[in-house]
Amino acid sequence: MSYLDYVRQFKLPHYWCPGCGTGVVLQAVVRAFEALGWKQEDLAFITGIGCSGRMSTYVNANTMHTTHGRPLAFATGVKLARPEKHVVVVSGDGDALAIGGNHFIHAARRNIDIKLVIINNLVYGMTGGQVSPTTPQKFRTQTTPYGNIDPNFDVVKLAIAAGATFVGREAVTRPRNLEKLIEKSFQHKGFSVVEVISNCHINLGRKNKMKDQITMLRWISTKTIPKNLAEKKKPEELEGKILLGIFHEDKNRKEYTELYREIQERAGGNK
Amino acid sequence: MSEIKILNGNAAIAWAVKQINPDVVAAYPITPSTSIVEHIAKYVADGVMTTEFVTPESEHSAMSMCVGASTGGARVFTATASQGLALMFEILYIAASLRLPIVAGIANRSLSAPINIHGDHSDVMAGRDTGWIQIHSENSQEAYDNIIQAFRIGEHKDVSTPVMVTMDGFILSHALQDVVVEEDEKVKNFVGERDPLYTALDVDHPITVGPIDFTDYYFEHKRSQMVGMENAPRVIKEVGEEFKKEFGREYGFIELYKMEDAEIAIVVLGSTAGTTKIVVDELRNKGKKVGLVKMRVYRPFPSREIVDALSNLKAVAILDRAMSPGALGGPLFTDVRSSLYESDKKPILVNYIYGLGGRDIAPKHIEEVYSRLEKIAATGKRGELLSYINLRE
Repeated sequence: MSYLDYVRQFKLPHYWCPGCGTGVVLQAVVRAFEALGWKQEDLAFITGIGCSGRMSTYVNANTMHTTHGRPLAFATGVKLARPEKHVVVVSGDGDALAIGGNHFIHAARRNIDIKLVIINNLVYGMTGGQVSPTTPQKFRTQTTPYGNIDPNFDVVKLAIAAGATFVGREAVTRPRNLEKLIEKSFQHKGFSVVEVISNCHINLGRKNKMKDQITMLRWISTKTIPKNLAEKKKPEELEGKILLGIFHEDKNRKEYTELYREIQERAGGNK
Repeated sequence: MSEIKILNGNAAIAWAVKQINPDVVAAYPITPSTSIVEHIAKYVADGVMTTEFVTPESEHSAMSMCVGASTGGARVFTATASQGLALMFEILYIAASLRLPIVAGIANRSLSAPINIHGDHSDVMAGRDTGWIQIHSENSQEAYDNIIQAFRIGEHKDVSTPVMVTMDGFILSHALQDVVVEEDEKVKNFVGERDPLYTALDVDHPITVGPIDFTDYYFEHKRSQMVGMENAPRVIKEVGEEFKKEFGREYGFIELYKMEDAEIAIVVLGSTAGTTKIVVDELRNKGKKVGLVKMRVYRPFPSREIVDALSNLKAVAILDRAMSPGALGGPLFTDVRSSLYESDKKPILVNYIYGLGGRDIAPKHIEEVYSRLEKIAATGKRGELLSYINLRE
């Protein structure tokens, strides 16, 4: 199957703003499906609310568009009912880390085999650009017109601390690396998290002297550095830099639906 | 001096809130109410408001913060819509039960699934039993005026109950209209200061809020909660009269439009009342005795006024912009029909569901309703109780 078979092309053009990074993530996700040869009938693709939420309309598989912050909760139900299926969630920084932050840490704690991709565009883009838990400090948004004072989450550290067994980060400025990372995370058995630094030049960039996608993508490029290159740099050169790569991979921890099957057998079920 | 501004519904509500300058606003963005809080964020950042403006991580947290602040004696405002209101539900009940006069601006929007961002009344109709006072607006002017009155009504010691002021999402929240805004000082004086009965921050008189209350007293406390709602009609009337004296615009529980000699009528709330008025005018020009009853206050439900307005009519259509699956009809219909049980004379009633998910309702649709009512009035035969407007079946 070609990656295009995983896209409902009759739904195009998509409704994201011109230059938005979300389309890059969609392409990386469907190319990973192609590379792995996943059958559409084995694939449950679940999204929540926000710009990322619309992806369940464009992906051609079993898809579900759920409520704000809850795609992981819905996905947990799907995975428990059909543990043999591939369950993929694409979410945003608002969806996964603000309103749905609780589901995020508990899905990670359980190590349930759900593949999570978080499109982190550093803002609530869909509603017009309000501060999110990943908005950098000093950034101006609709709800912080004189600059954000809230410290932001480090998604990678948060995911590792909460118990995710595969954690990586990429940026939309490196679409090929992104595709490879997503493909690798999809092969992992357990809760995987890929954070994708993305651009919202319309609702974040414009307020922060990055009004077009090129300027904002350049900013992401200068702000991010691959982990292997960072290892050769001095600490002062890495000040304020966002590292890209795989940060955590644990193949030993048991996956949740396996543990669940064991407990079912011990309780006399599943005979 | 009052002045005319061109504002959409969200900006009109934010303007009123700016003038009132509550102590705390905690709100989470959601289409279509987002720009209410964006305006407020800007007013706070510009120093025009001295409000503590909080951006929590969800609507559930937003309403929880409102409860906390209001318990501490603060004057509190929030705004939301649809799924946001739905996520607040647990705390909506708590706010009402704790008798906290929080004011919420709601830009009505449909509920998922399927997801839809456009206007209908499913969100607030689901909230009709939460214990909140519910006031609907026909246009941006009413949204502005209702917010100003809402603080007075809710914070009145005999009421002490939260109030939601609603307007139709997009149709009003995003449509520019002429709005008469009053002088800041006049609005401030009209609303006054909140003088809470109790506050959780009074160290000399410490109180406990919402502790466990089993079979011993829970029932009594719930019964006493009803007192606020029972007193609300008197206060809503008083505040409406005072508002008219101060600002010249009249507000009651319902608005009667060309009802004096009407034989058939439509009952509706929100922006569709405006569309219906146009149709009523046209049909009146043709000599037809048609009228409109516009609901403004939906909770407490003005049963007495409804009975007085409708008892002598021949046929009435109640238009609901929300479903109540499994019930006799839509929420407004069941309330109106139940109220008329108290009347000796009863018109024939029909119910219509319209406009779900923002589906358009045009004058021609309303004309069709009136023409059916005419037939019912002439023949005395009702036909289907529940029908749908502008729906493919």
